[in-house]
Amino acid sequence: MAELLFWPALLAYSEAAVAYIGDARHPGRAGRLATWGVRIGWLVQTALLGVQAARADGFPWSSWAGSLNLFVWLVVGAYLIWGCRPRYRLLGLAVLPVAVALFVLARVGGGTGVAGHSHYSNLFLVLHVGLVLAAFAGFTLAAALSALYLWQERRLKRHERSILRVRAPALSRLDELAARTILVALPALTLGIAVGIAQLSDRGGGFDALMVVTVLAWAVYAVYLALRHLAGWRGRRAAYVVLAGFVLVAVVRLALPVTHFAT
Amino acid sequence: MSIVLVGISHHRAPVELRERAALDPKRAAELAGRLAGDDGEAVCLSTCNRTELYLADESAEKAERKAEAALLALESELGPALYRLRDEAAALHLFRVAAGLDSMVPGEGEILGQVRRAHDAGATGPILDRLFRQALHAGKKARTETAIGESPASVSSAAAALAEQVFGDLRGRSILVIGAGKVGELAVRNLVTRGATIAFVANRTLDRAAGLAQRFGAEPIPLERVDGELERADVVLSSTSAAGWMLTREQVARALPARKGRPLFLIDLAVPRDLDPTIHELDGCYLYNIDDLEAVVAETLAGRRREAERGETIVADEAEHFREWQASLEVVPAITSLRARADEIRAAEISRAKLNDSERRAAESVTAAVLNKLLHLPTIRMKEAAAAADGVIYADAVRHLFGLEDKR
Repeated sequence: MAELLFWPALLAYSEAAVAYIGDARHPGRAGRLATWGVRIGWLVQTALLGVQAARADGFPWSSWAGSLNLFVWLVVGAYLIWGCRPRYRLLGLAVLPVAVALFVLARVGGGTGVAGHSHYSNLFLVLHVGLVLAAFAGFTLAAALSALYLWQERRLKRHERSILRVRAPALSRLDELAARTILVALPALTLGIAVGIAQLSDRGGGFDALMVVTVLAWAVYAVYLALRHLAGWRGRRAAYVVLAGFVLVAVVRLALPVTHFAT
Repeated sequence: MSIVLVGISHHRAPVELRERAALDPKRAAELAGRLAGDDGEAVCLSTCNRTELYLADESAEKAERKAEAALLALESELGPALYRLRDEAAALHLFRVAAGLDSMVPGEGEILGQVRRAHDAGATGPILDRLFRQALHAGKKARTETAIGESPASVSSAAAALAEQVFGDLRGRSILVIGAGKVGELAVRNLVTRGATIAFVANRTLDRAAGLAQRFGAEPIPLERVDGELERADVVLSSTSAAGWMLTREQVARALPARKGRPLFLIDLAVPRDLDPTIHELDGCYLYNIDDLEAVVAETLAGRRREAERGETIVADEAEHFREWQASLEVVPAITSLRARADEIRAAEISRAKLNDSERRAAESVTAAVLNKLLHLPTIRMKEAAAAADGVIYADAVRHLFGLEDKR
């Protein structure tokens, strides 16, 4: 019965995704409907995750699809921090359709069920999966902010006439928010990787390609923060670095089923 | 009671005529008080675009004559420019005015406050009070549910809005002004009202720079110092009448490393242009000249007009609600008489019965409840019928059936 929570959550997210399109054309009521859709969807998904956590034998999101479910919740939750503000509704236009698609994918893969079990310990999974997924959610949001930055910058450079009619957040705010998000996400990824490596050395396993790409993504974001603080890297170049890091994050997420969840 | 509107506006009266009929708040309040007299209602709305008198009176003709005479007393040549509207049309007009749909620039923001002040200063009673409250509600609704008032309507405000697109909040942002002319000052004011700080005013003649700098608490500097200040400025605004470039690409490029990636927004309001257009190609530099700004304003005005169409629907709905309320007033005397008559019979019958105190209280409570329930539906139906223009027929029928005598 609790599995049915998936449908109202999906419905609310879908409504929000459609309403964001309407808001981009006619700002106002559609934007408010979208914001409420995201809020309601996120609360319902929180309830779904709560039921999964209460009923599961072990860590409930240890499968690829389960982790995708948790990932969607983290991304939407991170988006909600700024997404309720009218200026950031355009960000919703980028985030919500992706969230809907991933949520459906999680459902198809069986990640929204309530009877999961795992052969890993809860503590390890909470720390490793939880931290890495939280970091990935942060990087996803930072990528969306950077993409929005590049789009807005391009409009300013092209002197687009519609720039004040269809308003995006200010360039400086987007740049700063992307950096702040990464500043929070990178330590989470660092800890998540450290826990993974500790587990690996306990079990005596070796590094796989996925782990190497994850470490590479970590390095890209670390370099981004270093360049920003030491050399004043901001703006377009910084946005491209964030997007490059996100490509690696996407590769890791997509490759998970053939490495970590293959057995 | 009828509502009457007599007025002039920018549609039919040029500014030379409007300025002669314009009233300051004190005179507008006095005129409203005089027109209302002892038992009427009046509000005078006087702005730079219009002077309008709203009256509520038993006789529409009499009110219209009074309002016309009052306006013609201000300026005898107003006659051909006057417009006269009544009841629904007058209400719809006020709602459109409050929403900024009748303004020169659709959606301009000042009118809502002007309507509110006119209402506060007016001699209002139940009709005009309700009319103006609902107009203010309609005006707010049109603004919140459409984007009619969001976009800038002038080059100066567009420049400030574009600066916000780069920096967000302009508070604490530093402006370097090149040139001390009137055109630049207008744009400077727009930036300052949004929180920006004018740091330097550079001009060929330092005396002129000092005048503008003093007004905004800035430092006047000679043009030779502009290069050095480029490292610190967030916005550069130039509006000189010089023939050559006041800033070249090389000058700006030299300042970029020290800026450490901070964006630079440049506004060129001069014709011929002051700023080398290739500055715009530099990373983190955004240069807008007068043509670019005018193109943005043209687009936002077109957007306002599109939003105005949505605003018209909102305003029409609100005007319809007001019409329904006003129509329901037609049946109020009949409803009041009916209830009074019923209560009179109830009280008489109870007083005739031999009851002790507690029995009397119980009987009063029960009969009052019965009456309320019995009269509830006819009251609702009469109000509905009034909204659908059948109110007078229903009210007459009720008066006839129950032998009521009330003043219509």
